[in-house]
Amino acid sequence: MTIAGSLVSAAGEEGFVPPGPGSFDLPAVFSVGGVDVTKPMLLLVLAAVVVFGFFYAAARRQAMVPGKLQYAGEALYSSVRNGLGRDIIGSKDFAPFVPYLVALFFFILVNNWFGSIPFIQFPTFSRASMAYALAGLSWVIYNGVGVRRHGLGGYLKLQTVPGGVHGPILALIIPLEFFSNLVVRPITLALRLFANMFAGHILALLFATGGEYLLIHGATLVKPVGILAWVLAILIAFLELLVQFLQAYVFTLLNAMYISGALADEH
Amino acid sequence: MSGSLNMIGYGLAAVGPGIGIGLIFAAYINGVARQPEAQGRLQSIAILGFALAEALAIIGIALAFVL
Repeated sequence: MTIAGSLVSAAGEEGFVPPGPGSFDLPAVFSVGGVDVTKPMLLLVLAAVVVFGFFYAAARRQAMVPGKLQYAGEALYSSVRNGLGRDIIGSKDFAPFVPYLVALFFFILVNNWFGSIPFIQFPTFSRASMAYALAGLSWVIYNGVGVRRHGLGGYLKLQTVPGGVHGPILALIIPLEFFSNLVVRPITLALRLFANMFAGHILALLFATGGEYLLIHGATLVKPVGILAWVLAILIAFLELLVQFLQAYVFTLLNAMYISGALADEH
Repeated sequence: MSGSLNMIGYGLAAVGPGIGIGLIFAAYINGVARQPEAQGRLQSIAILGFALAEALAIIGIALAFVL
């Protein structure tokens, strides 16, 4: 047994069980017709309701001189519309994508921030399937838009053949670019969001449960480390707030960039 | 000696993104120092680059737990 292990298990416990992927398998809250409804599923629905409710309430009165709620809604909407829509996709064809980008950004943001809200404390995209579903939707959208504008052959040529490349090296470049642009992109998109939320939640769990274990089951010399672990848990919680916002922003930004790349003309 | 090879793998995998993110933000700081008006335009590029480089480190720690 290591030195640290012998210090900690002074009371002869079986040892600390660190949090792992099993901590994310939450039990079912209730069952509907044989299908278990778990907390992440409920949180997804709650986030959709919250985002829709906020923007609906903000846009309802449409006064010329906006009240506070309408002003907040307009400020948030235009920050995504301008910063992510117009600046990335270009002022010519960004308009149809603004509802998608705005909804995507705020949906992911609210879901991520569920990881920091007391009594909820579970970022729903730490369940990988939910991140992959969003990435699948993004894949359908940016490929569909590209095929609609350029035709299937033209779109594949745009994505796989970079400008100004001729000759036999194309045999190497085309499969590489196809794989990188059409296969790997949704995987990394989803994996980035999922892994950030997963790692953040595991960090919080580790510091909280580890601190508790050190405080209660540790030798007396080790107990202050438990307090330190709890202080670090609080600091990590602040870091997590920033990371959650950043991941929502980056997911939406990359979506806008993929759409812009699919719409781009031949160089 | 006991432990998990996964964590050694993660530790090694975190070196690259650490250097990469340092380079990205060094470039951002340099750019803003030379031309402070460019801060807004450079900030979105810096954040994008940070998230892309960080993704590799985060994939590392997630897979170290899961696999």
